[in-house]
Amino acid sequence: MAAVRVKNLRKTYGSFEALKGISFEIEKGEIVGFLGPNGAGKTTTVKILTCFMGANEGEVTVAGHDCFSHPMEVRKRVGYLPENNPLYTDMTVYAYLQYAAQLHDLPADSIHGRIKLVAEECGLVEKINELISTLSKGYRQRVGLAAAMIHDPEVLILDEPSVGLDPNQIIEIRQLIKKLGREKTVILCSHRLSEVELTCNRVIIIDLGKIVASGTPTQLRHLVEDHANLRLTIRGEKEKAIEVLKGISGIKRIEINAVRERGSKGYDIYTTKNRDIRSDIAKSVVANGLELLDMHKEMATLEDVFSQVTTRVES
Amino acid sequence: MKIRHINIIMHKELSSYTRSAFGTIFIVVFLVTSSWLFFQSFFLMNQSTMRDYFSILPWLFLFLLPAITMRLWAEEKKMGTLELLLTSPLTSGEVVWGKFLASLGFLTIALILSGVIPVILFLIGQPDFGPIVGGYMGAFFLGAAYIAIGLFISGLTDNQIVAFILSVSFILVLLAVGNDLFLNTVPESILPFLKSISLKTHFESIVRGVLDSRDFVYYGLFVLTFLYLNIFTLNHRKWR
Repeated sequence: MAAVRVKNLRKTYGSFEALKGISFEIEKGEIVGFLGPNGAGKTTTVKILTCFMGANEGEVTVAGHDCFSHPMEVRKRVGYLPENNPLYTDMTVYAYLQYAAQLHDLPADSIHGRIKLVAEECGLVEKINELISTLSKGYRQRVGLAAAMIHDPEVLILDEPSVGLDPNQIIEIRQLIKKLGREKTVILCSHRLSEVELTCNRVIIIDLGKIVASGTPTQLRHLVEDHANLRLTIRGEKEKAIEVLKGISGIKRIEINAVRERGSKGYDIYTTKNRDIRSDIAKSVVANGLELLDMHKEMATLEDVFSQVTTRVES
Repeated sequence: MKIRHINIIMHKELSSYTRSAFGTIFIVVFLVTSSWLFFQSFFLMNQSTMRDYFSILPWLFLFLLPAITMRLWAEEKKMGTLELLLTSPLTSGEVVWGKFLASLGFLTIALILSGVIPVILFLIGQPDFGPIVGGYMGAFFLGAAYIAIGLFISGLTDNQIVAFILSVSFILVLLAVGNDLFLNTVPESILPFLKSISLKTHFESIVRGVLDSRDFVYYGLFVLTFLYLNIFTLNHRKWR
């Protein structure tokens, strides 16, 4: 059974349509990246999934319970780290985690053990008695995450968990999320593509209230056509090189890029989709008396996918 | 509604009063101001009674109690912690009651500490016991009503200052409609109505030592109405 099931979800704020009927399913144990530019509807979707907000239309089931008819059952099973990681900064880490545990009805005798466990998992042990207001942003983020998982939720929803962190902290949080994803269903909202690419099994791209693409990072890369997927550096005359390259079938377009070494130039080759012509290129170039110094295949990044699918909708 | 859930919220809010300097400052300001205003006239009158003390309270509470309620929701909204609170498996009713009882508990602590004054009175004279008990009961109920208003208004904004000013204004109106100065200017026909809705007339009646059930029903309904309105606005929120 799917951990999260959303069907034809609509939400309007006044006359503004934030969600225009989105549907998706997330299986148990998946780490799904929810990707989109700012204002795309990510946070709105998350707020509905966590029963913070209602919707105008549609069905939402989280952890086997309906969000609109049984919100309490859903809330018990969901761990949530809201955008900007709000915390009661006048509390100590321990007091805060204790409060979070009580809010989720954990039995009093198990709370201490549970706090110890999540503090260890999130690397908070040495800060446990400090005031949250004295902690660095990275530690605060861990506190938020620890509080979200204090009740061992089935589904963990993290809205922009790495905003404002330095690169080392981002790596730590990412590793933590991956670890969590082994047992739990994780929804990770982000507009940082590299993050989603590195942590998620599946990506849902949302823009202007609609899902514009969905699939594994690899599947999504295949969506991008017309991409410079080969970069060459050839020593020899430019005109001759272009003539030689033009003679090879499977090449759509040739562009000269900025790479310039002594007597050599860089070329970007746009190939027809899904054809590997690397050996053809190598052979022809060498056979025509030119020197092939370098050739590598460029993978489309999620950035490419992202900018393509999100601008396509706008135009 | 689970008592345990209300308790969690109450405990958390109460400890946030005592944890910060705010709690201490509030109690010191309350005790110093009320005693100072009271003892100013006390030695002039040379009467062993607390009547003047209780007549100051509605006006002192007017500024002090909105200060303890203004942050209850406004701060949660501003900080974003409201989202944590309202996505936890607690009902809005439990949270509202928890916050209300925390403030009321805090006020009760302040009132108990002001018990020094009657103790002094009993040491230096023979005051009537009844009016003092009535006065404290009145202060408790009046305070509960102020807190219910303040809590409700705090839930309408994310700005604590706005919450404070609106609460003071609103309470002021409900006090003023029972004031003689104001009552002299209105047509006779609506006098009973104004008197019956004013926070002040019911307070004065309890303080006088006349224990009329209508006054208690008034405060009970008053508090329930505003707590209900608070729950209603929470459940029908449209915040982003």
